[in-house]
Amino acid sequence: MPIIVQGLITILVGVGGCVGYFYLSNLALDKVIFPAKGENIGRNINRANAVRPWLFLFPAIFVLGLYLVYPVVGSFWRSLFGRNPNDFVGFGNYVSLAQSPDFRISFFNNFLWAIVVPAASTFLGLLVAQLTDKLSWGNIAKSLIFMPMAISFVGASLIWKFVYANDADIGLINAVRAMFGFDNPIDVLQIPFWNNFFLMVILIWIQTGFAMVILSAALRGIPEETIEAAILDGANPWQLFFKIKVPQIMATIVVVWTTITILVLKVFDIVYTMTGGNFGTEILPSYMMDFMFRDDGRATAIAFVIMLVVLPVMVWNIIEARKETR
Amino acid sequence: MDNIAGTKSSLTWATHLSVLALVLLWLIPTIGLFVSSFRDRDQISESGWWQAPFAVELTARGRTGTEATQEGDVYVVTGNIYDDPEAKSYFPGGGGEIVAFGTSGRNPGEFEAGTPVDLGDGESLVVNGDGTYEWRTPEDPGDRGQRVYFAAESPPSFTTDNYEQVLTSDGMDRAFINTLTVTIPATIIPILIAAFAAYALAWMDFPGRGVLIAVVVGLLVVPLQLALVPMLNLHNRIGIGQSFMGIWFAHTAFGMPLAVYLLRNYMVGLPRDIIESAKVDGATDFELFIRIVLPLSLPALAAFSIFQFLWTWNDLLVAKVFLPSDDASKVMTVKIADDLLGSRGGDWGILATAAFVSIAVPLIVFFSMQRFLVRGLLAGSVK
Repeated sequence: MPIIVQGLITILVGVGGCVGYFYLSNLALDKVIFPAKGENIGRNINRANAVRPWLFLFPAIFVLGLYLVYPVVGSFWRSLFGRNPNDFVGFGNYVSLAQSPDFRISFFNNFLWAIVVPAASTFLGLLVAQLTDKLSWGNIAKSLIFMPMAISFVGASLIWKFVYANDADIGLINAVRAMFGFDNPIDVLQIPFWNNFFLMVILIWIQTGFAMVILSAALRGIPEETIEAAILDGANPWQLFFKIKVPQIMATIVVVWTTITILVLKVFDIVYTMTGGNFGTEILPSYMMDFMFRDDGRATAIAFVIMLVVLPVMVWNIIEARKETR
Repeated sequence: MDNIAGTKSSLTWATHLSVLALVLLWLIPTIGLFVSSFRDRDQISESGWWQAPFAVELTARGRTGTEATQEGDVYVVTGNIYDDPEAKSYFPGGGGEIVAFGTSGRNPGEFEAGTPVDLGDGESLVVNGDGTYEWRTPEDPGDRGQRVYFAAESPPSFTTDNYEQVLTSDGMDRAFINTLTVTIPATIIPILIAAFAAYALAWMDFPGRGVLIAVVVGLLVVPLQLALVPMLNLHNRIGIGQSFMGIWFAHTAFGMPLAVYLLRNYMVGLPRDIIESAKVDGATDFELFIRIVLPLSLPALAAFSIFQFLWTWNDLLVAKVFLPSDDASKVMTVKIADDLLGSRGGDWGILATAAFVSIAVPLIVFFSMQRFLVRGLLAGSVK
């Protein structure tokens, strides 16, 4: 059976199954289990209404529980075993990780990524948002800077391979160097330590658009009166921006910052396609993929370390969300 | 705002210029890829894509003909070097002005075009700018012409050969269909599941609602990496293994927290009056959801579908883990990252074209649906 037909059948079965489930389960609840008639009508309606939310929620809770909650436990449990799933090693995987220089490099690099990329993307996003705010062609400019969001990390990496290519006739960087009279092309992806930053540029290029869109909406949301008052008091454009506007959108800046931070901790594609983790550019997600399919114990241990790094952000997110729903 | 005293200033020009600079900086890498994908392989390695509209100087070699006419005791061979099939093959776009020529491969541009050169032993050769040559030799050339090396301008040539090759012979056509096959069910199926859940979380009262919302917010940031090993093992145990079925499930689940979160945020903002008056009129929750909430939430549904579409189309990690690694089921990202970059690392034309094929669809979706995407992003993070 051609795979595309299988896909179509899946859509039909999936959508039909969902509709069928929701419709039939509601029908069963109202007509069979707690029918809204007879002597217990009041009690039955109340009971049906108490059960119904769970009917609505069940499929979502099921897939979330299976694919996202269970793996937290499952991964931790698996990480206590060695390459062979029957070979209990306790925290052995974590100990050997801590002793491995590769792991330390990837941890350190990941730390760099988590500092530099969110900072640079948020800063550039804010800059573009502010600069384009009053421009007649601001929307076109924003749309073009937003565009990399649609491009896959793999595609973006390829695009930047053309910029970084070790050949003055292909790579822009080397072409510019050649223009200034440096004859020998360099491979920027092999310069120790700094190559990390060249990789980060790719993600910054992608994420600036995201930061810009959200911050630009936040800037538009600032009450005009505060700005007018500041202008009347003689604030210059710099003061207006840093002392009036930025403090008012601080909450949004923090949201953007943390969203990008979380993304940074998960992205493995860029390192994987650009350097394959060589030349000291390994980060945790790509380091994990080195062990995937080979040593599940090690792979899950690294995944769990990533989880631990993300945990504070997660807790903070939940606290913020609780504040709002209350 | 422009008419407020103090805002309009000399900064205006600086703003225009710096935005222009930033936009160019952002666009240049993509333009480079786009231009390169239409260039001839030889031209890519000879000159940067930014020189694509200009002629490139290529060095080529050919042989003169052998049909000689005798003038006294000298044999004279005349003709056009571009008539030689070997020389011609260097210039698919037609040969341009010859700049220089030579007789040894080590120094192909030794002599300026148009100057007669003494080759010793009474032989002489001249190659003109338009390719015509005259070779004089005291001996009968027999059936071997004189070797000629030359440097010529190759006019800019744009071809769609790269696209033809990528789409027909490199397995990208297969990968394109695979990507589509993964993406469409993985985009459609989560929507309905998430919409029901979001409705329950937004408009139904039940104990534990707050906790569930918090859990969904928490799950938004759970790293996908955690799910890879346990879920693959589970898939293997229940017989799905690495397959399209598996990746559909996986994408459905991984998109679920964002879907529920986005849709709930949107649905909560719907006007309370509408929903309550419908309830007073005796609508059940199911009817209310299908007839009122779902149609009103269309913008949020569109926003989420775009996210999920872009995310599944662009995904590399989930595809690498949950799909088999044979050629028949590779998606485009895996194909590019593992096959093209690995084995054809130097073939820039093919790389550029493959990348462009893979980003074309998301770009179309992006530019045509940008409004919804922006609205969705804002619903997700700005209150």
